[in-house]
Amino acid sequence: MEKKNTAVVTVVGNDTVGIIARVSAVLSEHEANILDISQTVLSGMFNMIMIVDISLSAFAQLSDSLVALGNEMGLQIRIQRSEIFDAMHRI
Amino acid sequence: MINTSEILQTVRMINEEKLDIRTITMGISLYECAHPDKKTLYSNVYDRITRQAEHLVKTGEDLEREFGIPIVNKRISVTPASLVAAACGDPVVVARAMDAAAKETGVNYIGGYTALVQKGMTKSDRALIASLPEALSTTERVCSSVNVASTRAGIDMDAVRLCGEAIKDIAEATKDTDASGCMKLVVFANAVEDNPFMAGAFHGPGEGDCCINVGISGPGVVKRALEISAKDQPFDVVAETIKRTAFKITRVGQLIAREASSRLGVPFGIVDLSLAPTPAMGDSVAHILEEMGLEVCGCHGTTAALALLNDAVKKGGVMASSHVGGLSGAFIPVSEDIGMINAAACGALSLEKLEAMTCVCSVGLDMIAVPGNTPASTIAAIIADEAAIGMVNHKTTAVRIIPAPGKDVGDEVEFGGLFGRAPIMRVSPYSAEKFIARGGRIPAPLQSLKN
Repeated sequence: MEKKNTAVVTVVGNDTVGIIARVSAVLSEHEANILDISQTVLSGMFNMIMIVDISLSAFAQLSDSLVALGNEMGLQIRIQRSEIFDAMHRI
Repeated sequence: MINTSEILQTVRMINEEKLDIRTITMGISLYECAHPDKKTLYSNVYDRITRQAEHLVKTGEDLEREFGIPIVNKRISVTPASLVAAACGDPVVVARAMDAAAKETGVNYIGGYTALVQKGMTKSDRALIASLPEALSTTERVCSSVNVASTRAGIDMDAVRLCGEAIKDIAEATKDTDASGCMKLVVFANAVEDNPFMAGAFHGPGEGDCCINVGISGPGVVKRALEISAKDQPFDVVAETIKRTAFKITRVGQLIAREASSRLGVPFGIVDLSLAPTPAMGDSVAHILEEMGLEVCGCHGTTAALALLNDAVKKGGVMASSHVGGLSGAFIPVSEDIGMINAAACGALSLEKLEAMTCVCSVGLDMIAVPGNTPASTIAAIIADEAAIGMVNHKTTAVRIIPAPGKDVGDEVEFGGLFGRAPIMRVSPYSAEKFIARGGRIPAPLQSLKN
């Protein structure tokens, strides 16, 4: 597996106004570039997955800011390097 | 590109099914530290460990954050202390240096207060076994193991007797904490040199200067997979489902092991394919067996269910890692598995059934609490039985047993945290005193002659 600089952001929680806007704002503050977004709302539950390029970002700070935003908005937000998904699901 | 359902599956495994990396264990050789002078030996050991493992905990925490998977323990294993202390003659010096180095580097346990005596004991091995009560009651993080048997060498029954006595003495020395010192001693047959799991981890004499070994976990993930994909299905489907799941779990272990090894600049050793339970709900090996259709773990059928589980985990995991090693199998520690605790408490799981189960999975009688008045000879005989199973079947077996002072069947011992709690189990009231008093060696079995 080659070294990648992408990460996966997952957001789960009750749907409310401005989730994408605020998550995107944090990402842009930390110079993380959004490559792909998919989002669904199933019976009021908001589910979003973003693939982001983090070549220019400091991972620890970005991760802390996202977790802080999650706590503030009552959402579960996590960011993980994408290698873990490749490792698990691709041979 | 990875699709949405795959991403959500991984997130669910970590969030809800308690998938984690159980341990990143750095193996460190202490050969270069040997010295006849106590002070020099102490500082050699302390300096060697603290220098080599300086960034271990920090690196573990970074990986945890970046990959979003908990890495529960960061640990160190070292060369068997009886070898390192042979020139000095006082193994406790090494124990103290190990303990201080563990605290300095921030690891929660350090293994390798070990003697390998399957064929016979050196003066240093005897000194180490004699020092166990002192070493384990006066240090906090040091873990110990003694290998008393192997398929090649047979069983060293003198060492078995000494270990039985040592366990009683350790229990006495740590009686204020329900014999907690006994949790830190494992008596092995066919011990492996690259085991990352405590308390039995040590950095074997055949290992290099330093390496990274990783132990995975994930009983909750396997149970959930069986609930979803194998409900009421034949065993072929059960085995296939476990294999697929074990593959995924092990790939994560391999990823973390490779990353840790490259960031620390230390060679990657092995991934240990073990299913290691914790006392948390949803993290139980016993519950996997019950998901297969057993009313309670310990009832008839348990050994067959465990054999299938153990084999399928290995088959699934072995393709997912470039180097598999350690103990690699399902663990059945009684106190550390909520399903086992419940099964033992309701009387479904006996010591005899556990012994049968150890024939088909990794390790052996693990974290078993027995009455405080159990004689040393009975404990030695329990060790001898397990060692015989390991010796004859070419597998690792072990005994980690806690004779809890002042407690009897019906009582319970509370260890706290990952160690959980254990109901006191009944042992046979009949004596093996004369059997153990014989001493000597049980010869290696015919199957050792393979050349």
